[in-house]
Amino acid sequence: MLEGYNYWICIFLMMIGFFGVITRGNLIKKMMSLAIFQVSVLLFYISVGTVKGGAVPIISEGVDLYVNPLPHVLMLTAIVVGVAVTAVGLAIIVRIKEEYGTIEEDEIMAIDKEINDKERNC
Amino acid sequence: MIMENLPALQVVIPLLSAAICAVLPSGKVAWGWTAVTCAIAFAISLALFGQVYHGTPISYAMGGWTPPYGIEYRVDLLNAFILVVISAIAFFSSFYALKSVQHEIEDSKIPLFYASFLLCFAGLLGITITNDAFNIYVFLEISSLATYALIAMGSDKRALIASFEYLILGTIGATFILIAIGLLYMMTGTLNISDLAIRVPSLIHTTPVKASLAFFTVGLLLKIAVFPLHLWLTNAYTNAPSVVSSFLSATATKVSIYVLIKILFIVFGAKLSLIYMSLDKILMVLALFAIVIGSLVAIYQNNIKRMLAYSSVAQIGYIILGISLVSVSGISASMIHIFNHAIAKAVLFMAVGCIFLRVGGVRIPDLNGIASKMPYTCAAFVAAGLSLIGVPATGGFISKWYLLSALSEQGLWPVFAVVIVSSILALIYIWRMVEIMYFKEYIESDNKITEAPFMMLLPMWLLAALVFVFGIYTSPVTASAQKVAKYLFGI
Repeated sequence: MLEGYNYWICIFLMMIGFFGVITRGNLIKKMMSLAIFQVSVLLFYISVGTVKGGAVPIISEGVDLYVNPLPHVLMLTAIVVGVAVTAVGLAIIVRIKEEYGTIEEDEIMAIDKEINDKERNC
Repeated sequence: MIMENLPALQVVIPLLSAAICAVLPSGKVAWGWTAVTCAIAFAISLALFGQVYHGTPISYAMGGWTPPYGIEYRVDLLNAFILVVISAIAFFSSFYALKSVQHEIEDSKIPLFYASFLLCFAGLLGITITNDAFNIYVFLEISSLATYALIAMGSDKRALIASFEYLILGTIGATFILIAIGLLYMMTGTLNISDLAIRVPSLIHTTPVKASLAFFTVGLLLKIAVFPLHLWLTNAYTNAPSVVSSFLSATATKVSIYVLIKILFIVFGAKLSLIYMSLDKILMVLALFAIVIGSLVAIYQNNIKRMLAYSSVAQIGYIILGISLVSVSGISASMIHIFNHAIAKAVLFMAVGCIFLRVGGVRIPDLNGIASKMPYTCAAFVAAGLSLIGVPATGGFISKWYLLSALSEQGLWPVFAVVIVSSILALIYIWRMVEIMYFKEYIESDNKITEAPFMMLLPMWLLAALVFVFGIYTSPVTASAQKVAKYLFGI
């Protein structure tokens, strides 16, 4: 059970993020939960790359066991993607705040419902 | 020199021109730049298709690093077909965009709009052409991020909410795909799809590989918007600018379907992924729900764009249904429908864009008798609508025909009946529009409604003509689709 504790940590973080995305009504909190959700996957990849007793992957004399550097490189890209997603998400939230005057999901939904009803009736 | 590097140029040209497009001074210049880029990409995709149709797949080592160590771009029959569909739609949309975008987007933002459009286009091409699992994820996110921005530029403020919803769901879907790729890498030590295809089948009994299949499927179904994961799609298509709705409905979901086919049939192998894991039954049930519920809900919509969005949910159901049959004829039907639905839906959303330009709204009750003022637009709408229903001599008929014969081949008569019934439902929602546009009295108002500008009518009618061309002269599409299907089953 404890052998794969790295996976348990990833799953735990992931579920925290997922739970937040589903339950939080505040859009900023939703966005941050999404960021946690993404970060859990980064940790998953990095822990996969570990080799027990492996050295830093720089070729040097007398070392013949290295950790796998490829997942780390992949995660550099994934971090960039994650930052971009968060940036776009926050930018959209700023625009939502400008247009709706709130970032609470239930208030936004109430405003939307009003608009939809008005459209249907006229 | 250029011919050798076509696979790289296919993606690099739109990607780089997106960056340049963002700093161009005016909307008109940005539009010209986009149109030229799309035309070049279209030409490249046709050249690639020509090369692989009779020859062998092209393998291109990015940066000279040989696969499986480097990133490999691989053009085979399957993705060359999809590349042609995407770039053709992008080409026609880019011409259509000029007037529509001028009307719907602020002048200062038009170059940025086109930059996002090109980025999205480059991302979709990248997903299709790459043969590296991690690369698929990166391009998926490039196209998705551009899509979020494009949707958020819709003129209604609800576009922002639609975009945010899609961002949340899209990111969850993409992250699932990332986990799936990680699990496969953990077990096989490779990211190259062809390499994975060799190593995965022997590992299918292990839990991580099974989990990987599950994550891939859920993540991709979210991106494809298969019922019940379709909620983002209807809001996004309804509120996005007209060009974006037209382009996305024809390409974005299709590319995700392509990835699903690639993962299920090439990486895991159809026998293992669909039959051993019983995924075929799950997909079939979801597809049937999508077909029936999508069509039913479409009938009751008050907003014409939302109606078309629900119809898209139903049409995606047909494509998934074809995949779930796990047969050559089923996959051919799916491929043919990917093509025909892309054209028909692009025309329908373009027609709605023309109506939005002139009428200023897309509520169905506002469109009474509109055909007397905009005859060409409405005629194109009806033409594509006929294809959606599956009337003979249109492309939609061919895909329905192939789907139905694939179903009868396996004796799935109840499913056969559902497809027939849903065609009648499609007839109802299209006929409802015909009735309102043609047979209701036009109410004169202060703002004179005229026909849409020629620059919008031309690409729309060229595509609408293709609906009939490929409905009558069917062999190019059906032959390619069957060749693709046979290739997937290794026959």
